[in-house]
Order: sequence, then C-alpha cells, then structure tokens
Amino acid sequence: MDEIVKLLTELDYSPLFISLKTGIAATVVSFFLGIYAAGKAMKAGPRAKAVLDGILTLPLVLPPTVAGFFLLLLFSTRRPVGAYLYDKFDLKIIQSWAGCVIAATVIAFPLMYRNARAAFEQMDVNLIYAARTLGMPERKIFWKVVLPTAGPGVAAGTVLTFARALGEYGATSMLAGNIAGKTGTISQKIAMVLQDGDYRMAGIWVGIVLALAFLLVLLLNLMLGKKLKHVKRW
Amino acid sequence: MKKALAMEIRIEKDLGDFRLDLAFSSDCRRIGILGASGCGKSLTLKCIAGIETPDRGRIQIGEKLMFDSQRRISQKPQVRRVGYLFQNYALFPTMTVEQNIGAGLTGKKPAIRRQVSRMVELFQLEGLEKRLPGQLSGGQQQRVALARILAYEPEVILLDEPFSALDVYLRDQMQRELMELLKDYPGIVILVSHNRDEVYRMSEELLILEKGRLAGQGPTRELFREPKNTAAARLTGCKNIAACLRQGDGTFLIPEWEFTFSLLELGSRGAGFFKGRGGREIHAAAIRAHQFRVRRTEEPCFSFPVLEPVVTEDLFEFHISFRPGEAAPGRMDWKVSKEIWDLERDGLPARLFLKKEDLLLLDG
Repeated sequence: MDEIVKLLTELDYSPLFISLKTGIAATVVSFFLGIYAAGKAMKAGPRAKAVLDGILTLPLVLPPTVAGFFLLLLFSTRRPVGAYLYDKFDLKIIQSWAGCVIAATVIAFPLMYRNARAAFEQMDVNLIYAARTLGMPERKIFWKVVLPTAGPGVAAGTVLTFARALGEYGATSMLAGNIAGKTGTISQKIAMVLQDGDYRMAGIWVGIVLALAFLLVLLLNLMLGKKLKHVKRW
Repeated sequence: MKKALAMEIRIEKDLGDFRLDLAFSSDCRRIGILGASGCGKSLTLKCIAGIETPDRGRIQIGEKLMFDSQRRISQKPQVRRVGYLFQNYALFPTMTVEQNIGAGLTGKKPAIRRQVSRMVELFQLEGLEKRLPGQLSGGQQQRVALARILAYEPEVILLDEPFSALDVYLRDQMQRELMELLKDYPGIVILVSHNRDEVYRMSEELLILEKGRLAGQGPTRELFREPKNTAAARLTGCKNIAACLRQGDGTFLIPEWEFTFSLLELGSRGAGFFKGRGGREIHAAAIRAHQFRVRRTEEPCFSFPVLEPVVTEDLFEFHISFRPGEAAPGRMDWKVSKEIWDLERDGLPARLFLKKEDLLLLDG
C-alpha cells in the first residue's frame, strides 16, 4: 500500500496533463468546426451532402495510422505545406504539442460532426421556418433556437469527442511522436512502459484512464438522461 | 366585406411527382383554401411565407412584391411580415412562453417587454409566462403561437390546418376561440384546410385546390351553394356525383342513375348551359345527400325510387344508400336527420324527391 502511495506521489503526471490539455483543445476546435460543418450539411443539397458527409466521416472509419500517414504527408517539414508553415511562421507541427492537437482533432472531429448532425436532423424543421417568418436573423436562429433544441445531442457528441481525443494513439504517435513532457500522452506512455515490461507503471496509468473514462460515460448518461426518459424497455 | 390589400399570386413549382400550378388574385381579408391532403395547399402557403421558393411565378401583396421569378426578386421570409401558424404550432421548446412571444421582436428591451405583456394579457396567458411549451395544454399552445405571430405585427397570417390534429370537441372550441382572437386583426388571413365546415365558418372567399391546380374560386357561401365542377362539388361535400351525357334530342342522360333530364325543366339553374349560346358544357351532375325530400313539394321535383336500400344509423342521422332505378348501375346516398324522418317510426320511403333547382350541373 505504502509503495503505491509513494509511487503515486512520485509519479510524473505530465502524460495526464498533456492528454487533458490535448483533449480539451481538440474538443474545443471540433465543437465549433463540427457544429459549423453539421449546419452546412443540413443546408446542402442531397448530392453535396453525401460528398461532404463522406469526407467528414472518413477519419472515423479509417485506421488512425492511415490518418497519421496523410497528416505526415501534409505537415512534414520536407513537404510543401509543412515547409511553408515552418519557413514563414516558424510553425512546426510534427514532434510538437500542436501535432498532438491536430491528430486528436482529425480523429475525434467526425464524432462531433455526426452527433451534431443527428441532433439537427431530429429537430422539427418547422421551428426554423417559424423563426424565419418571425423575422429572426439566421445567426440568431442558430444560437437561440437550433443549438438549445439540439442541446442534449450536441452535448453527448462533445463528451464522446473529448473521450476519443483523450485516448488518441495512432495518428498522434506518428505526427507528434512521444516526447516526454511535450507530446507524451497517457496512451503513448502506456505503450512505452509496456514495451519495457513495466506492468506496474502501465497498470497505474490504465487505472487513471479507466477512472477518467468512467467519469465521462457517467457524465454522458446524466446529460442524456432527460432525453432517454421516454425510451421504452425492450 | 372590408377590402384588404390586393393580393396577386402566381405559383409554379415542380416537385417531380407533383406539380403546383396556380394563379389567383383577391382583395378579401379572410380567404380559405380547401383541398384534399396532398393537393398543394400547404406548399402554396409555404411559398407565400417564403419558406419554399416557386420555380416560376409572382407573389405580390399590396405594394409589396415578395417574389418575381422574371425580375429575380425573392424576399427572405424574414422581411415578408407573413405570420405562419403551423399545425404543431412550432413553439420553441427551450424558451418560456414570454421568450417565445418576444422571439421575433427587435428594439429596446422595455418596448419588447411592453409588447409581450400586452400579448400575454390579450391572449389570456397570465400566470403562464414562465412555463415551457411542453407544460401547456393544446389550447394554450395555440394561443401562445398566435400571440407570438401577432406580437410581430404581420400583414398576413397563414393558418396551416390549425385544427386537424385535435379531437372534435376541442376543435370546435378552438375554432371559436381563434375566430374571436382574429376578429380585430386588420390584415389578411389565409386558412388552409381539408375540412369544409372549417373553411365555411372562417372564410369569406374560397379557393378550391385539386392536384396542384385551382378548381374554383369565389365567395365561400356561393361556392358551397353552387360548385361549378366535380372537384369543387366533391370537396364541398357532395356525396352524389355522376357523369352526364348529352343525347341527340337535347336531353341529358346520367347512366349511373338511369336518369334523364332536360335543361328547360331546370329553370334558372339550366340557363348557363345552353349550347350555341356560349353556354358551358355539362360533364357531370351532383346531388347533395341532404337535399332529398320524402314528400313532393310545391316546386317541380324529380323523383327517384328507393331500391335495395342499405341503412347506416348515426347519432343524429340516418345514411341510406340506394339504387335509383331498376337498371341503374350506381347508387345514391341520402342523409336525413332523425328529427325529420325516423326510420323506426316512419319506415323507408318508396320514393325520394329532389327539387329540380337542387340538381347541380358541373362542367368538368
């Protein structure tokens, strides 16, 4: 017991903070982009919607390493975009925290987008029509009518996005690498210590992740609780 | 009939399996649109409100040109000042009654608050200001929806089947309430419905829509009294409609009913149909189920035998379906109030009579 307490107090908590920071940043970005994209998709024609939807959902179904491959192609300093960013703005995406955020965002974004869109699709479209005939500007309709009405679905999407971003491994390890104290997230930490055969350290981090994940699921159910009230048992 | 803003509307819209193509103008304040479901009534309202865009056409109300495909004008719904009462009221579920009513208002806070409380008072919503729509009864929701529209002071109010989701008892009550609330509204009200009683009560001018086309327009009562074509006859509630053939000797035959008549015996009713004098062609004839009589009247009458009757008893009425001739392939419907003719007391009549002027002639 004392041993565990000693271990926990002496533990380098940087992976936890890096993961949380990355998760929060990726969620904030995904939240706005996802809602924006979902709003656009709702206004698009059926064909444009199918194409847009396919592109935006792709990262969800691709193996993260494939997404990582494309991200490397894009941001490597030996490639045009990466080189441009590095030369002009002194921005280095690979091997940096920004890389963590970008990788997590790309992987987690579809969850936000799809959940937001599902919530919008469930909404009574007459609410929007009514708001328009009442003279409400489109922006006001979105913030005052659409988002609050779609609230529970959007909130659920946000939590799922955060959970996914928090645990991102594949694309992150390829784009940002595993630099302790800089890009070393919990997932990468676990993989690393396991390679060294350090099951105890891995177990501690697994415990932390389990606790976090359980909290998030609890939060999700609490938020959806009201919405699920009318659901009948099978 | 108080005159309102002149309204001129022409809408063409192709939805693939359905085509809306209608044009009408009116300067009446209370307009009804009657049609079966899927005839394009709601689509017409949505085009007027700017929720849907016609492929071609022109929508002008008063001075305001809202849509003109030739001049590429299409006003946003936000600036048309056309209120729309949805069948499900479309109240914003996350806003309180107060917030719903004030949702479309702009300007200074105190002015908005004054307008909202004026509406709350006018629509008797005191005490409900802080409630959410989900906590209101159907009647209260309708009042909030209407208050929300009127607070915004629109020039036109569109009512899209406002009562069709309600049970009969509530429907009558809310109809009365709505008529009362709209009594002092100075703008145009267009009511869309498939319920003929509703449009009969609530509109002064009536448009009849069938399969996306206008099948009749005129003062409501006149159109009900004398529908001009099959669609109008059916929608205004005629139960007996049958095709009508002109015969060589100038008389008309209704094969379904094994029944012949001539224009001369119809008096003024037949006047508009004489061939060679620009008269309209007769394609069908109709008889209202309530207009049969059990006794011959002073006026000239047609008479029909009641053969193979099938009786259905309702609360206050009997429905009798019968064949009006030995060789008649079709049947006719007779409806009679129990006060006038109680089958248990009086038995079935052998013949039914129809005043000659009650035979409706239809030109399509």
